[in-house]
Amino acid sequence: MQGEEDELSVSIAQIVQRLKGSRLHCQLEREARGSLHRPDIKLETLKEDIKEFLKTSGWEKKLQNAVYRELSLLPGPFQSIAPAEHIKEPLTYMRKAQATWEKRVLKSLNSMCTELNIPLARKRPVDEQRELLSKWNEMGTDEPDLSLFRPVYAPKDFLEVLINLRNPNYDNGESLSFQTRLGLIQVPLKIKDVPELREFFQELNLTTGQLGVDDSTQVPTEMFENEHMRIGKKVLAEDDSAAAQQFVRQGCPTSLRADLWALILNISNQAEDILYYEQFKSNVIQHDLLSDKLIYKDVKLTASNDDYYFVFEDYLYQVLLCFSRDTSVLAHFAYNSASPPKSYIRGKLGLEEFAVVYPPNGVIPFHGFSMYVAPLCFLYNEPSKLYEVFREMYVRYFFRLHSISSHISGILSLCLLFETLLQTHLPQLFYHLREIGAQPLRISFKWMVRAFSGYLATDQLLLLWDRILGYDSLEILAVLAAAVFAFRAVNLMEVTSLAAAEAVLADISTLKVIPLLQIFLFAAIS
Amino acid sequence: MAGKLKWVTDIEKSVLINNFEKRGWTQVTDNDDWNFYWMSVQTIRSCFSVETGFRLSDDQIVNHFPNHYELTRKDLMVKNIKRYRKELEKEGSPLAEKDENGKYLYLDFVPVTFMLPADYNLFVEEFRKNPSSTWIMKPCGKAQGKGIFLINKLSQIKKWSRDSKTSSFVSQSSKEAYVISLYIDNPLLIGGKKFDLRLYVLVTTYRPLKCYMYKLGFCRFCTVKYTPSTSELDNMFVHLTNVAIQKHGDDYNHVHGGKWTVSNLRLYLESTRGREVTDKLFDEIHWIVVQSLKAVAPVMNNDKHCFECYGYDIIIDDKLKPWLIEVNASPSLTSSTANDRILKYNLINDTLNIAVPNGEIPDGKWNKVPPKEALGSYEILFDEEAAQSDGSDRDMRNRGGQTAGPKGRTRESGRSAPTTWK
Repeated sequence: MQGEEDELSVSIAQIVQRLKGSRLHCQLEREARGSLHRPDIKLETLKEDIKEFLKTSGWEKKLQNAVYRELSLLPGPFQSIAPAEHIKEPLTYMRKAQATWEKRVLKSLNSMCTELNIPLARKRPVDEQRELLSKWNEMGTDEPDLSLFRPVYAPKDFLEVLINLRNPNYDNGESLSFQTRLGLIQVPLKIKDVPELREFFQELNLTTGQLGVDDSTQVPTEMFENEHMRIGKKVLAEDDSAAAQQFVRQGCPTSLRADLWALILNISNQAEDILYYEQFKSNVIQHDLLSDKLIYKDVKLTASNDDYYFVFEDYLYQVLLCFSRDTSVLAHFAYNSASPPKSYIRGKLGLEEFAVVYPPNGVIPFHGFSMYVAPLCFLYNEPSKLYEVFREMYVRYFFRLHSISSHISGILSLCLLFETLLQTHLPQLFYHLREIGAQPLRISFKWMVRAFSGYLATDQLLLLWDRILGYDSLEILAVLAAAVFAFRAVNLMEVTSLAAAEAVLADISTLKVIPLLQIFLFAAIS
Repeated sequence: MAGKLKWVTDIEKSVLINNFEKRGWTQVTDNDDWNFYWMSVQTIRSCFSVETGFRLSDDQIVNHFPNHYELTRKDLMVKNIKRYRKELEKEGSPLAEKDENGKYLYLDFVPVTFMLPADYNLFVEEFRKNPSSTWIMKPCGKAQGKGIFLINKLSQIKKWSRDSKTSSFVSQSSKEAYVISLYIDNPLLIGGKKFDLRLYVLVTTYRPLKCYMYKLGFCRFCTVKYTPSTSELDNMFVHLTNVAIQKHGDDYNHVHGGKWTVSNLRLYLESTRGREVTDKLFDEIHWIVVQSLKAVAPVMNNDKHCFECYGYDIIIDDKLKPWLIEVNASPSLTSSTANDRILKYNLINDTLNIAVPNGEIPDGKWNKVPPKEALGSYEILFDEEAAQSDGSDRDMRNRGGQTAGPKGRTRESGRSAPTTWK
């Protein structure tokens, strides 16, 4: 009891500390000061009157939403007093594995530099700056020769690392104990079992109305849609992040999604934010980074060829190039097991005082990275707002999909959850695929790393991401991956090779995700 | 059932032939007796020319109306729409209502257009009213973006008219007649790119009018960023969305071919602009298709052995108003991508299911009311017979809503155009 209270006061202190330097703090102060001239603020009841004023003028809501955001980023209970590296990742061997992986990635990047004889960063000559500025909105028409550049890594390279991961404290030797894992992931992690998943995703049960199911059937359910729309509008009017988060668990009406997501992520897109965005833009104009080429190459390899996203090619360059310059992203490394890669000023290799984070946001893009942004282009046509939403989605969720950690939403846990679900519910299928050398995770890994972006139809993907935001968890990705296997189980039982299994699952763009999830979680399992 | 249907085509496209063969029909030549002829527009012209005096018999059916050009030639379409509007105005129809600037409230869906050289003086008058406008010149009888250019100065048109007058031999022929239309210089841009809509519309009879909208239309994107700047007037990649043109651009992508499904467009618009305006837009698109068909219905030779699948080209401006640009009688059946092939195969399949019920030899008693399950991806856009048999205006309003919008949503959406579809 005492511990909990301590924990709470530490959390409060931390949040207060974090908000102190924020823009909101300044705004609140300014508003409060300004309110002193109002006739309804009396000196004798100053504190109460100002509180009341902030409440009625909507500022209290903004503060509440800001606190809510901090809470969602705060490490779990009893961790806020832990040492910094434990907040990043409590398990030593995970930290080590992540560090080794980072070294490998950085080495690959450096060797590309050496091979191609180009610097990591350079200032652009004035002519070049002018040219880039003039075609900022049509970078896609530029066709630089990128044949020599290759993505630093692809999801399948990362999967190999995860597969080879072992817990040194958990050696069950060669004995084929009951605990021997039949899947690819060999480390023990705490994941949810089916009853826990049902409890956690309770709003997905078969009797609760869902957008993505109940809007597509006939007349009586149109009532659900209309009612859901009405409530959605009310939630927006209330301007309450927590309420919005609860609401989207049943799916967002298409026309309210952009606003609801922004509310959940506490994004306001005010003049200052647009200014920030413009700063990154001018930074991109001034400096050329090697990582820019990687971004360019990635967009060309993925989104530019995508039936849904090719239209937004130019927005993707803008957002991703600005993202790489955004040092505020570095803050998320406090709770990310990864650490930003460092480079050294020429000739000062290894000297900490000459170290710089590279790229400035500390995130090296990999093959498929741009697909985290692409679906958001359907929601936001204002680049600066699109940017903000993406950044927030990244520092809350997406970074977990390519960092080695024991977090329940981390990619490793998702892999384990996926394999465990499949093994438990479809043991025959799991065994069959394993026998023919088609470990299911080899197929589903890319889906999960990209949060299914580029694999599902966009409307379905957005319904899926509604649930990521709604449950503040990525676990739904593992559940969906397992549900897809379950849905195609009959065909998969007939295949005899990995290639054939991949062919059965090559096109999942026709699937309706919400019924799949519901059936898998709540109906199929006895 | 009296034997197998005998088919001919003069368009060697696999999406056609595969569909015919799938039905177990027999291929013959145009010298034999045939039941079904999928013709190019050239063939239909010679087929129905006065000299041949050709008549279709009851067991024959073709994929064009004899004078389809009343709709599909740019100049005639505009002429027919203008006439239709005047007639409605004379009748005092509420559809012909005008706003304070003299613009039709519900029938202003074609950009201001003149025939050249015939209407040259009218054009100059209009141009002088708004000298900074850009105009687009199109030859009346050509398709796929051929012969199109933009002008924004009167001198350019004067030069053109001089040039064509000197070769008076050519200008006499109606083929070289041009239409000049006000260029939509504020198109809706998505991802900064301009696009147009290609929608497929099937007509099985004009009197009474029965038409179907294919749900799987698509947007065609320009590969180059749109700029309204006049310096780019010569760069046709910026302005024209025809695949035939865009294919030659450096940035043409052969995976998606610059095409986006209408459902993507809907998702994007509903997400970024809201549900009401999106419903209204699609409602208006359906409206202008029906109005354009009604405009030509009185002049169309409504041969009962004919049906036609049109390719409608529509541009949406940045205020979400749709503009009818032109109608194609023979929409391209060439497939630019894998998805495109599937789409076009299905389009022909669904078209045949409606036009040739059960794949049986026509017997002249085709009542042109296909069962629901034969519609495939088509939905009924307008059925004049059904609309007339419905009694009161209120019923017709509901009908209009239902046939115009998906799932009857449009009923709540407060459409701007009058809902009495007649």
